[in-house]
Amino acid sequence: MTSAIETAARVRAGEGRAADVLEEHLARIAAHESEVHAFNLVLVEQARAAAAAVDEAVAAGRDPGRLAGVPVALKDNLCTRGIPTTCSSRILDGWKPPYDATVVRRLVDAGAVIVGKTNLDEFAMGSSTENSAFGPTRNPHDLGRVPGGSSGGSAAAVAAGFAALGLGSDTGGSIRQPASLCGVVGAKPTYGLVSRYGLVAFASSLDQIGPFGLDVADAALLLDVIAGPDSLDSTCMPDPPVQASSRLGAGVDGLRVGVVEELASAEGLTPPVGICLREAAEALAAAGAKVDEVSVPATVYGLSAYYLIAPAEASSNLARYDGVRYGKRIVPSPDADLTEMYLATRSEGFGAEVKRRIMLGTYALSAGYYDAYYGQAQRVRTLILRDFEAAYRDFDVLLAPTAPGSAFPLGEKTADPLLMYLNDVCTVPSNLAGHPAVSVPFGTDHAGLPLGVQVLAPALGEAVMFQVAAALEAAAPAPPVPAMRRMGGPA
Amino acid sequence: MSTVDRDRPNPSTDPAWEIVIGLEVHCELRTATKLFCGCRNSFGEEPNTSVCPVCLGLPGSLPVLNRTAVDYAMRIGTALHCRVQPSQFHRKNYFYPDMPKDYQISQYDVPINADGWLDLPDGGRIGIIRAHLEEDTGKTTHVGGGGRIHDAAHSLVDYNRAGVPLVEIVSAPDIRSAEEARAYVDELRAILVATGASDGKMEEGSLRVDANVSVRPAGSTDFGTRCEIKNMNSLRSLGRAIEYEAARQMALISEGGTVAQETRHWDEGGGRTGSMRSKEEAYDYRYFPEPDLVPLEPSEDWVAAVATSLPRLPADRRAAVAEASGLPAGSDAVATVVRLGLDHLVDAVVSAAGPPDAPSVAVRRLANEVAADPEAAASLDPASFARLVGMEAGGALTAAQARTVLKAIMDRGGEPEAIASELGFEAMDVSDLEAVVEEIISAHPDEWSRFEAGEDKLTGFFIGKVKAATDGKADLKAASSILRNRR
Ligand SMILES: [Zn+2]
Repeated sequence: MTSAIETAARVRAGEGRAADVLEEHLARIAAHESEVHAFNLVLVEQARAAAAAVDEAVAAGRDPGRLAGVPVALKDNLCTRGIPTTCSSRILDGWKPPYDATVVRRLVDAGAVIVGKTNLDEFAMGSSTENSAFGPTRNPHDLGRVPGGSSGGSAAAVAAGFAALGLGSDTGGSIRQPASLCGVVGAKPTYGLVSRYGLVAFASSLDQIGPFGLDVADAALLLDVIAGPDSLDSTCMPDPPVQASSRLGAGVDGLRVGVVEELASAEGLTPPVGICLREAAEALAAAGAKVDEVSVPATVYGLSAYYLIAPAEASSNLARYDGVRYGKRIVPSPDADLTEMYLATRSEGFGAEVKRRIMLGTYALSAGYYDAYYGQAQRVRTLILRDFEAAYRDFDVLLAPTAPGSAFPLGEKTADPLLMYLNDVCTVPSNLAGHPAVSVPFGTDHAGLPLGVQVLAPALGEAVMFQVAAALEAAAPAPPVPAMRRMGGPA
Repeated sequence: MSTVDRDRPNPSTDPAWEIVIGLEVHCELRTATKLFCGCRNSFGEEPNTSVCPVCLGLPGSLPVLNRTAVDYAMRIGTALHCRVQPSQFHRKNYFYPDMPKDYQISQYDVPINADGWLDLPDGGRIGIIRAHLEEDTGKTTHVGGGGRIHDAAHSLVDYNRAGVPLVEIVSAPDIRSAEEARAYVDELRAILVATGASDGKMEEGSLRVDANVSVRPAGSTDFGTRCEIKNMNSLRSLGRAIEYEAARQMALISEGGTVAQETRHWDEGGGRTGSMRSKEEAYDYRYFPEPDLVPLEPSEDWVAAVATSLPRLPADRRAAVAEASGLPAGSDAVATVVRLGLDHLVDAVVSAAGPPDAPSVAVRRLANEVAADPEAAASLDPASFARLVGMEAGGALTAAQARTVLKAIMDRGGEPEAIASELGFEAMDVSDLEAVVEEIISAHPDEWSRFEAGEDKLTGFFIGKVKAATDGKADLKAASSILRNRR
């Protein structure tokens, strides 16, 4: 398969047609989407119209932009004007946003072709895309296994060749973990680098939108397209965006790389993950980097802090789904009062995991408990940030596992929420610190399933982060390619 | 609930008790747009026409703070002598259909303005605990039943008001009577209007007042249990509600009962308060810092610019009018002149540099005749007014004549000199006036000897005779000095 960068270059140069690129991807969707279920909605007609517009622009001598004719899959928690945006929840039944998310506008302005809205764990709460009201997404490498989550649909769509690029959202690892499990590149940018306007909020202080790509350069380009100030998001940084793609070929000679001890030995890590991490570190050292171990002590409290802060914010963010204004409304009996309507709507509209987190978060913010839970978690967050900043005085980037293991079988962890939460142990510290991190495919487990390694960088350190990621990619063994991606066109 | 004696004594004057009142005033800011979006902030539009994804709280929307609202909030804080400080927004979580997000963006432990005061016209000082920024809710109309949610057939929500900027001004529990509460709101309203932040219209809901009321035995320094009274939509109902509530609490305690901390609803028609929800039913608002907004840290320059751009406030204007006229700053006449914005007419009289008591004469005319016709007052020419006052203060016109001329100017305009001569008003020559006084004295010898013996109240009797004999043309001040000198 051609990379997004090559596709855009060919389309811009008039050497290839956006329409043909799209049809190639739609053909793979037609053949395999029923097995994978990456999408909640495939936008066949809209995508064809967008591709035709790109081709017309090129024919008329206009430049459609940096993503000309590149098919992109959108996580279905990104608002699209007039197109259902479900968050994979029943509670948003029938709702069509009257506006586009800022990132969607930037994609369209760059000439991208949006192929569909991808499946996710309901409201992005989960690590397997099994918590979807519309059924699970399956991993293109092994249909009996999960793609990871919560952005499992976008990760699977890119891995399967349904789209060249994908957008996800990452609150505690929701881009990086599915990227690792699906054998693609996935990045969470610095908090505030990408506008959240139009991203349906899960935990506002942690959520960031980020890219999926088949390779590091594609993911960096997509980030460069969506990053930048936005007057509609007060938490979006006003400064000019960093250029994620600026140092991709620079190598790692002389860079200082720290392997985070606490994350390398985190609870529940499978042996292949440790092996891949060590090989990745050795590869960087061989390429000239100075690699050493580093302790970031407070990261061990990351998961506990995360599972207080994220549910607390979610309990407030999800209050608005009350049956009054939009989406689902259940009136349990003709004489039901307001409270009964609220209860029925939210009981039926939300899935079990969402309800669990709303209850956790409500409790954590309650009078008398706030300090012990939410307040304490915020103090831990400050410590994690402080410890990372200390580490970055000695290192340019940090290295850590992405997920504890490879893709696991569907249903394996659904009965035990705490086991599922452990998936996020290596990814949540970056969200709590607001720092960027990217997962790069590096090796496989015994069954040949892909594994990823994480590169962490300080705030606005995207350029050096992708620089190291590119070096890792160059040194990595050839990643497995799902059979369905080889279909139609060059592999 | 205990019954309250309808013929109870006025609680404000019962010396055995003290009423303790703190007021929470919500003031809508008159910004062009809402607090967190670009929708028009205007009253009386078609329902749900001034709305967008942000103020409807649609999924994925985010708030962006309106700089003008912050500026207005700082103006209010500065005018109330508050500390204007770096602050933060919090979410106040509770479910209600008129709150699009089911939380309100408000301020909690670090408000933009803290620790100020307000001076009442009569000299009292009321502490201001805080004046913070928050967004308004939508407006719910319950259709059918009694207009309350419990028995309504259905409810309609208008979100035009959702997201309108509010400043909530919380007073210290320094207010001691219904009358003082009214004076506080009246003065606060004048300050809010003066800052330009508010139109001060209580009837349109742009100023809304909740009252925390408790009672305690006179002399006690402990606070009694308070009740929060809501739904007063005029100064009059505020006063009535406080009187009712204080009397209810006094009766309850007198009968050996205790006041339950609760929120109570003022029923304007029934003239009583009723329980809305008890302390146990009170919401746990689960406040936490609003993650969608960054901390609000106005620069020192901005704070300073706000302070220097504030116009003169009512208390300063009253002091100025009092100083010019020699009348007390707390007097009704001075307060009226300032409340109606007539102080520029006093200034005109001062600039005209007429007789020394011209400014006090001016204040009297303004507080009476001019105040009675605010519309005409607005177009009253300051120079004409100053000349008229000069004529009265200098004795060229009697008070009665001056009133008549003033009324004519206000009705149809014109120069005071021309109108006075047109009406045949010329102050009587002093020797003519003396002759009239002599005649009256000889016609009433008994009264005169009593007056001579020191019976001062007979001044009125003689002045009345002078007024009648001269057809109102006499300068009565001059007449009374003739009488005094003759004695
Ligand atoms: Zn709006």
